[in-house]
Amino acid sequence: MNKLQELFKNKKEDILSIYFTAGYPELNTSGDIIKNLEKSGVDFIEVGMPFSDPMADGPTIQETSEVALKNGMNLDVYFNELKAITGEVDIPLIAMGYVNQMIRFGTDKFLTLCKESGISGLILPDLPLNVYEKDFRAKFEEYNMVNVFLITPQTSEDRIKEIDEASNAFIYMVSSASTTGSKSNIADSQLEYFQRMKDMELNNPLVIGFGISNNDTYTKACKYASGAIIGSAFVKAIKNGVTEKVVSDFINMVKG
Amino acid sequence: MSYEVDKDGFYGDFGGAFVPELLYPNVKELEDNYIQILESDEFQDEYKSLLKDYVGRPSPLYLAKRLSAKYGGTIYLKREDLNHTGAHKVNNTVGQILLAQKLGKKRIIAETGAGQHGVATATVCALMDLECIVYMGEVDIERQAPNVARMKMLGAEVRPAKSGSKTLKDATNEAIRDWINNPDDTYYLIGSVVGPHPYPDLVARLQAVISEEMKKQLKEKTGNENPDKIIACVGGGSNAAGAFYHYMDNDDVELIAVEAAGLGVDTDKTAATTTLGTAGIIHGSKTLLMQDEYGQITEPHSISAGLDYPGIGPMHAHLFKTGRGTFLNATDREALMAAQELTLLEGIIPALESSHALAALKKIEIKENDTIVINLSGRGDKDLETYRKYLKY
Ligand SMILES: Cc1ncc(COP(=O)(O)O)c(C=O)c1O
Repeated sequence: MNKLQELFKNKKEDILSIYFTAGYPELNTSGDIIKNLEKSGVDFIEVGMPFSDPMADGPTIQETSEVALKNGMNLDVYFNELKAITGEVDIPLIAMGYVNQMIRFGTDKFLTLCKESGISGLILPDLPLNVYEKDFRAKFEEYNMVNVFLITPQTSEDRIKEIDEASNAFIYMVSSASTTGSKSNIADSQLEYFQRMKDMELNNPLVIGFGISNNDTYTKACKYASGAIIGSAFVKAIKNGVTEKVVSDFINMVKG
Repeated sequence: MSYEVDKDGFYGDFGGAFVPELLYPNVKELEDNYIQILESDEFQDEYKSLLKDYVGRPSPLYLAKRLSAKYGGTIYLKREDLNHTGAHKVNNTVGQILLAQKLGKKRIIAETGAGQHGVATATVCALMDLECIVYMGEVDIERQAPNVARMKMLGAEVRPAKSGSKTLKDATNEAIRDWINNPDDTYYLIGSVVGPHPYPDLVARLQAVISEEMKKQLKEKTGNENPDKIIACVGGGSNAAGAFYHYMDNDDVELIAVEAAGLGVDTDKTAATTTLGTAGIIHGSKTLLMQDEYGQITEPHSISAGLDYPGIGPMHAHLFKTGRGTFLNATDREALMAAQELTLLEGIIPALESSHALAALKKIEIKENDTIVINLSGRGDKDLETYRKYLKY
C-alpha cells in the first residue's frame, strides 16, 4: 500500500487536495508550496507538470503552464525540486500532466524518478482506460504507482463500473462537462449527478474536482463525495508569490 | 502489410484515441456509428449528389503540357482547386455535415489553418442551416484575411486561438476544449486525417473520392489506371490520403508526400515532421510529431498556414515508417518559386500548400515515360497577399 492508498484507507471524508503547476509563478517554489500546504492541513497534492498543449485545461491552468515553461520548467527540474524536499514532507503527492510527457521522457525513467521524488500517484487525463490496461498497468504496478481515472456527468454507468474496477485509490469525479476552472458555482443539475454517483456505492472513494474554488463549493462537494480538489482558484491565489500566509489564508478560506 | 486502420484505430504503431475521459462518449458515439452511416445507401446518395452538383465533381484531371515539357514525363494535375470553395477540403465537410445531421447534432465546431477548412465548414453549415464556430490561430487570421471574411459572410463565428504559436495546432486545442465543454449537441468537424480514431479513417474515406476519380480518368486518358507517381503536400495529410487511398496496396505506384520545410530542416523554423519528428501523442493520436526531449510540442513554421502543423496523421506516420511512402520537403522559397512557375506555364495560380507538392518536381527523378499525378489541392486566391509580398506584385 502506498501513501495515497493509506490516506484513503484512514480518512473517509472532508479530504482536501490542492493542484498547482510546478514552475509557477517561479522556479524553485514547489518545495515551499508543498511544505506550506502540508502545514495548512491539506491531505494530498497534485503537482502539475506544465505541458505545451494542455487540452483538458481552461485558461487559468493554460496560462500557468505557459509561464512555467517560459521560466524553464521541465521534467528534470521538476523531479529535482521534489527530490530536494523528500526528507521534509510526508504528504502524498500526485504528478499530473499529459501522457506524451511520460512517453517521450521514457516511461521507466519517469516512473523511477516519480518514486524517488515521493510521488505515489499519476493523473494523465489523456491516458485512456484501454491503453492503460494494455500497455501501462503492469508497469505502474511494478513501481507501486497508483493511476487515477476521471469520470464525468457523461460517463455511462457501465464505464464507471469498469473504471472503478481499474482504480486502486480514488476516482476523480469531474464536476461538470468542462475543462478545468470553467465554472465558479455548483448548479442543481450537478447535485443530481453527485447524488447519482454517491448512490452507486463504488468500491473506490470519489473526489470531486474542476470548478471547486471556495468554502461553498468545497462543502457541497464533501456532502456527496469523500473530498474535493482545487486547482485554478489556488494557482490564482499564488500569482504574486508564495508565502506561508498566502497559502494558509487560502486553505482557511476553503475550510471555513 | 495493411495500410488500413485496425479495429482499435491503429495504423501499425500509430493512431488510437488518446482522449480525456471527458471526450470518451463523443468519440465512442462517432466510432460506433460512422461506418454504418457512411456505407448506407441514403448517405451515399446524398453525398454523391452534393459532390456532383454542389462541389462540381468530378474534378478534372488536366494534362499539364508545358509543365511536362519542362520536367519530362507526362504530368497531370488533379484539379481540386476547381472545387466549390477552392480546395479539396469541401469533400470532407460535405460528408461530415451529413454525418453530423444523422447523429442529430445542432452545433458545428471546426479548427482551421489556412481557412480553407473553415470556409468549407462554414459553407456546408450555411447549406444545412447549422450553427458554425471556427477556431483559428491569431497569426493565421492575419495572414489569411480573405478566408476570415468569407467565413463571416457565410454566417460562421470565427474565434481566435491566442495560445502557443497561435496557429493550427492551437486552433485545434481550442476546438477540442470547446467540445469538452459542449459534449451533447456539438459535432467536431475535423479538417484533416488527424485527431483521435475514428477521425483519420473517416476523413480519409471522405477524401478517397480523389483517387477513385483519378483511376477512372487515367484509364480513359492513358489506358492504364495506375500512374507511376502521385505527389501531394502534407499538412495533416488529408489531400494526400485522398490521392493515395485507392493506390495504397499497389506497390507499382510511388506515393510521394511533401512536407513544409519552412526556412529549412536545419533551422528551427520548419514543419518537416518526418525529418525532425519522433513518436508521441498530439491531438489524441499517436503519431510522429516535432517535440523536445521532455515531450513539449514544438512550434512549427511554414509560410503556408495549411502546412504549419507540428504533426502528421497516423496513416502517414505508418506510410513513412514502413517505407511505403516517399517523404520529401520543400522550403518556403521553393514553394513560392513553384507557384510562380505553374502560374506562368499553365495559367493556374495554386495555393501555397499545393505549391509544396509542385516543388517536388525538382527533387525527384523523372523518366521519359513516367506518368505523374500532382494533387493540386487548392487555388491561390487566399494567398494573394503573400504572393504580392514575396513575389513583389
Ligand atoms: C489547399 C490546401 N492544401 C493542403 C492543405 C493541407 O491539409 P492536408 O494536409 O490535410 O491536405 C490545406 C489546409 O488548409 C489547404 O488549404
